[in-house]
Amino acid sequence: MRGPLVAIVQFPGSNDDHDAAWALAAVGAEPELVWHDEAELPLGTGAVVLPGGFSYGDYLRCGAIASLAPAMDAVRRFAADGGPVLGICNGFQILCEARLLPGVLRPNRQLEFVCNDEALIVENADSLFTRRCALGQELVIPVKHGEGAWYADEATVATLEERGGIALRYREEVNGALGGIAGVLNEAGNVMGLMPHPEHAVDPLLGSADGGLVLAALVDAAEEHAFAAGPKYT
Amino acid sequence: MKATVLVRPKEGILDPQGEAVGGSLRKLGFDVSQVRVGRIIDVEFSANGPADARAQLDRMCSDLLANPLIESVEVDFGGG
Repeated sequence: MRGPLVAIVQFPGSNDDHDAAWALAAVGAEPELVWHDEAELPLGTGAVVLPGGFSYGDYLRCGAIASLAPAMDAVRRFAADGGPVLGICNGFQILCEARLLPGVLRPNRQLEFVCNDEALIVENADSLFTRRCALGQELVIPVKHGEGAWYADEATVATLEERGGIALRYREEVNGALGGIAGVLNEAGNVMGLMPHPEHAVDPLLGSADGGLVLAALVDAAEEHAFAAGPKYT
Repeated sequence: MKATVLVRPKEGILDPQGEAVGGSLRKLGFDVSQVRVGRIIDVEFSANGPADARAQLDRMCSDLLANPLIESVEVDFGGG
């Protein structure tokens, strides 16, 4: 039986697109790469992943140019329709610049590119993306970024805290992110961005399989969305 | 129509790049207390008069050139 279709949008400069495809296939999805100038997502798309990388060379601000790509209009429509969208690293930056998620990713406090396995604490275990995890569970997932310091104004952070919009926090200080925030959810709960790379942590041989919990939850959500959307997407 | 857009990190927003440049200036022996690094964007475009130009520039800034969460902008039409 084929798994649900997960569209992975490729921008010029994306470099984790194939890793995401491999990892999603490993947890049961049918991944399909979608070039950034496509105006529509493939028929039957159950979820969208915006992968890591350096889209458009990070020109202007990371994610800013990519947020205006034609495929992003399709992603906006998909998200507005309740479709699950996961942005990883540069994908998170793109979702913030596209205003599908609150806040913005700033250069790391220490001005260094960070590249480590990091422990994350699950702050909300009820979301589409974290419901295979337990509240307070520690996940080990690698980070690799130069601009990962999430920032938003105080009112935005307070609202996020209140509605469970903070999905993941770093256990230790990593990059200067406000409140150690590593992953956030939109208000409807169907869009999540995170700086760590779950697609690099789906096999214990590589140090951790904890990322598989996030991706497998996304595949569950893709299945549900494709089913609920019915003929419209299939 | 020509305009110059100055984009600066907003006051109170950490600017690690500025701090690094400031540190290097101090290493060179300058008595520098603060450096903030922004960006200059020169735009040439067509507009129907100054009001339209101003309105277009405002949209360019809010839609792409700056992120209002962390950056402030100043537009200069001095270039003609």
